[in-house]
Amino acid sequence: MASPGEKRWEHFPHMADIGVRGIAPTLAEAFEQAALAMCAVVTDPSLVRPETAVDIERHASDADLLLVDWLNALATEMSARRMIFSHFHVEIADGHLRATAWGERANPARHQPAVEIKGATLTELHVFQDAHGQWIAQCVVDV
Amino acid sequence: MNIQHLTRTSDAEWRIAPTGKMRVPGIIFATEQLIREMDEKVIEQTSNVAMLPGIVKASFAMPDAHWGYGFPIGGVAAFDPNEGGIISAGGVGFDVSCGVRTLLTGLQLEEIGLHKEELADALACSIPAGVGSRGHLHLSSDELCAMLEGGAQWAVSRGYGDAADLDRIEEHGCMEGAQPELVSAQAKARMQDEVGTLGSGNHYLEVQYVARVFDARAAEAFNLRPQQIVISIHCGSRGLGHQIGTEYLREMAEAASSYHIDLPDRELACAPLRSPLGERYLGSMRAAINCALANRQVLTHLTRQAFDRIFPGSHPRILYDVSHNTCKLERHVVDGVLRELFVHRKGATRSLGPGSPELPEEYQSVGQPVLIGGTMGTSSWILAGTRESEQRAFSSACHGAGRAMSRHAATRRWRGRELVDDLAQHGILVRSPSLRGVAEEAPGAYKDVDAVIEATGQAQLARKVAQLLPLIVIKG
Repeated sequence: MASPGEKRWEHFPHMADIGVRGIAPTLAEAFEQAALAMCAVVTDPSLVRPETAVDIERHASDADLLLVDWLNALATEMSARRMIFSHFHVEIADGHLRATAWGERANPARHQPAVEIKGATLTELHVFQDAHGQWIAQCVVDV
Repeated sequence: MNIQHLTRTSDAEWRIAPTGKMRVPGIIFATEQLIREMDEKVIEQTSNVAMLPGIVKASFAMPDAHWGYGFPIGGVAAFDPNEGGIISAGGVGFDVSCGVRTLLTGLQLEEIGLHKEELADALACSIPAGVGSRGHLHLSSDELCAMLEGGAQWAVSRGYGDAADLDRIEEHGCMEGAQPELVSAQAKARMQDEVGTLGSGNHYLEVQYVARVFDARAAEAFNLRPQQIVISIHCGSRGLGHQIGTEYLREMAEAASSYHIDLPDRELACAPLRSPLGERYLGSMRAAINCALANRQVLTHLTRQAFDRIFPGSHPRILYDVSHNTCKLERHVVDGVLRELFVHRKGATRSLGPGSPELPEEYQSVGQPVLIGGTMGTSSWILAGTRESEQRAFSSACHGAGRAMSRHAATRRWRGRELVDDLAQHGILVRSPSLRGVAEEAPGAYKDVDAVIEATGQAQLARKVAQLLPLIVIKG
């Protein structure tokens, strides 16, 4: 587990698909890290240039569903725009998410993208604060 | 899996007795070896599905079952709309109508020999594959709706294939009841440039040969001969299906409580079949089925073009096209009574036995071709549906090998370049835009498909007809 104040992402195993997890001091940063984890399912985020910005807004009745909505909005943008993202800025207040994602058009030779994200699922979906006050935002994504 | 709470009812059938909120038993089809290797989640998810309103007879899991989202992958469940039955977006999956289509080339193994590299390159060039790839078609809004309404019939009417192709596709190539007007603008936007694309992950196009025939009579009806070259295409409804799955899973998760459905797990999100939400999903999901059928039809056309360039006049024809992520209205006899049920198959293939009126005439005497994909280094299989399968599991069988290892573990263990070189040494040419994608799909990351096929045969869900081995693999 990350030390308080640290932010990072990780994957966790699911047999057919893959789990994504963001860990950070704030809820918004945990959502940013979860998005980074999802993009790392597709390619190495360090290979993706933050050339184009895409704005995303979502509202949900609870933090769990807001995470699913956020990740699915990114998956939709990646598919419709043929983009891969690597940088995120998220703000969350009263169940309302405002975000910007930066990335570039998918380049098979340079990015070697492994899979498309079909969607974020409700499986292993948890958004919570651990005993150290760190926010955890996670779910399984279908690939 | 800990099997102490299961009752073995035959060599390849295990029963989960109904307890707590389970309305019906759970039935898992597997040999002892396969069931011991299955994850515990299969029991949990099979039991959870058994709690859903209107479920009929049992909640089934096929021999390749593994942990899914809500429903297990390899799950089959039928619901009666007259008994409050539900429909579940998770019970169909994100890749609506993902399935396999197999084409017969009429060519023999020795004819491919000198042209293998050329054919691999021609297919890699013709078939758009991988993340971010676009198809050769750009559909206007009206054309997109026509495609969602007409499926493979739309594709044939636009010159992608022959009218005869439709006889060899489930639903004659067009799922009735599709409502393109219910499909969201986002789902349509994702599909405008994706018709005729393979996708990524476990989707593939393979050139294979018939390594062994097990049932000569069925093989003759299917026109399969030893050493014959066939082509198998595994893909689904692309971005449109993914978007529909995403939208309805979310909506059903929030709406379940308003329908007073007590979900054992939120991810079993569903709605009554007879509800505005259930009916909207049905109309949208049927449009996505047509999208998948049109997609595989256009890919067939592109495959034929590539083959015809190298083998003029070969014009591969369809053996069959069957989906393994669907919910369909079907007639089944339950306890002697004919009922109309909505059968969910999530990672399970329909397996109609001999005499089924839905089959083409030439397959009537032997049953439906059941097309099972393996991995890029191992067997795929052609099975035939059995009469027993109707009684066992609403005419259903397995759909593939199922993963034995996560994608992350696979990339730590194998490198894409080495796998491609190793497979080439074994006579299998792999063409993929992503070496990382190849590593994630390493044959060793999957279970033994042959063991799944043996269990499927033992459970009488389908019987072996022919074993296929890969020669050329196009991956996304």
